[in-house]
Amino acid sequence: MKITQKDVEYIAHLARLEVDESLVDKFADQISRILQYIDKLKDADISGAGLMAGASLQNNVFREDTVKVSPGPDVTLANAPERHEDFYTVPRVVG
Amino acid sequence: MNLHELTIQQARAGLEQRDFSSVELVNALLERIEKLDRNIGAYITIDPDAAIYSATEADKFLAKGERAPLLGIPIALKDLLCTKGIKTTCASRILENFVPEYDATVVSMLKKAGAVIIGKTNMDEFAMGSSTENSGFHITRNPWNPEHVPGGSSGGSAAAVSARLCTAALGTDTGGSIRQPASHCGVVGIKPTYGRVSRYGLVSYASSLDQIGPITRDVMDSAILLNVICGHDPSDSTSADVTVPDFTCALTEFETNGLKGMKAGIPKEFLSVKGLDPDVEKLFAHAKKTLEGLGVEMLEISLPQTDYAVAAYYVIAPSEASSNLARFDGVRYGLRDSNAKDLVEMYKKTKSRGFGAEVQRRIITGTYALSAGYYDAYYGRATRVRAMIRDDFKKAFEKCDIIISPVAPTPAFKIGENIDDPLTMYLTDIFTLSTNMAGLPGISVPCGLSRTRLPIGLQIMATHFNEPALLRAGYGLEQTLGLQDKFPDM
Repeated sequence: MKITQKDVEYIAHLARLEVDESLVDKFADQISRILQYIDKLKDADISGAGLMAGASLQNNVFREDTVKVSPGPDVTLANAPERHEDFYTVPRVVG
Repeated sequence: MNLHELTIQQARAGLEQRDFSSVELVNALLERIEKLDRNIGAYITIDPDAAIYSATEADKFLAKGERAPLLGIPIALKDLLCTKGIKTTCASRILENFVPEYDATVVSMLKKAGAVIIGKTNMDEFAMGSSTENSGFHITRNPWNPEHVPGGSSGGSAAAVSARLCTAALGTDTGGSIRQPASHCGVVGIKPTYGRVSRYGLVSYASSLDQIGPITRDVMDSAILLNVICGHDPSDSTSADVTVPDFTCALTEFETNGLKGMKAGIPKEFLSVKGLDPDVEKLFAHAKKTLEGLGVEMLEISLPQTDYAVAAYYVIAPSEASSNLARFDGVRYGLRDSNAKDLVEMYKKTKSRGFGAEVQRRIITGTYALSAGYYDAYYGRATRVRAMIRDDFKKAFEKCDIIISPVAPTPAFKIGENIDDPLTMYLTDIFTLSTNMAGLPGISVPCGLSRTRLPIGLQIMATHFNEPALLRAGYGLEQTLGLQDKFPDM
């Protein structure tokens, strides 16, 4: 699978990335080569194979739904790049 | 006695007999780091005051006759394990100033066992890489030859152990990131069974593959560290609620019974891999002969999906990464670009400033593999191949106790050699990543030096939760080859 510079920019947008202009061309070339290699999966005979989404040997893991002490806003927000009182702040999202 | 050369076991004996103090041991290492790490670059963060404080506390307990498995022992941590009050960067600009408010479970367990955290080690950014050249801060050099990479992504931890800049270290392994740098730096590294060690407080890369494990100077030290870090943790839902044995018993088992009765499988597909270095081949044959001499019966086995493993891995790992790394959006922690006009622009500018090229490349590859119209062809197929890889191993382990192979196709390559060719770099993971796909444990044990004097390791794999088999066979190999006291000239 070959991907173009436009594809790179579109996928980057889906991932909320803004690839530096100087890298777009290089990424298109490198990711195309990676995808070409990955395309060999099409040759694998997967008939009858199950899905394996994780490596855990367990199935459902349950625990008691108990109330625990919260660390509190000062701990939770300690690494906030910007905050207002006990809230994270972000650029305005509604007009 | 050179304090920096001591293993955990030797240091513990010295500390308990009061031959030296933990403060003296820590100071010896800090002085060595000060003198030598500018040439190696093993560490990102050193906190001498905190280390000396912990060592002073450990000395007080030792003076009172108290004992704990790691009391006063300096341990280095890969910089993606959260340490309360000490920066945890993942070698990324996006977390350059991130100071966690809590300890990862493994860090709590180490502290409870009396360990002194000596520093945080360099790595490929977010553990994405095989050379530690993808760090957002600086590269790490191989202590055996500074023109070569130490391997990766736990290259800082492996280099620190090899250069004797810590007594032992922890790393993480998603596709070989403990075993490959351990092999390249001439030390021992173990990737435990998926679920054996809690990942709570480990910054996630590919959650279904990541596992924390020890990097140490010898097999005994790995067993000692496993005894401390293994165990069920309700904070990690993938943590397995299984009994944790005393791993050092596996070494006693070797001393009593050797390796008699043990069967080792050799995957025929591994030895026909293109680009296998002649020195790797030669030392693998020598390690095999050594194990045979100890009573191991060798048999050929088949892992038919080997040819598809790298392709499947490089769909699954970037797919999970693209989801995991979405959290670094500049809202709750880490870098934020404050010049953005709106929220989406803030996300984009923050990530693009904060993530390096390899991380961005993997996020894009993963996002592509998961996007509408491509999901079945890439992620869906890869998870089916993954199930087949698991079944191949299951079949193989019906016939043998362990599987042996090289760790990497070549010794450590030169700095810069593969950096612009990600695909070639990915293909070097061929021998290690299948165990992550299947969730199995694996060890790398030094088995000699190449003609260019670069270390080469042997990989031993076992079935789920059978780390004792790895330790027993690995210890047998180590004791017979006698390489554990070989240090790089620095």
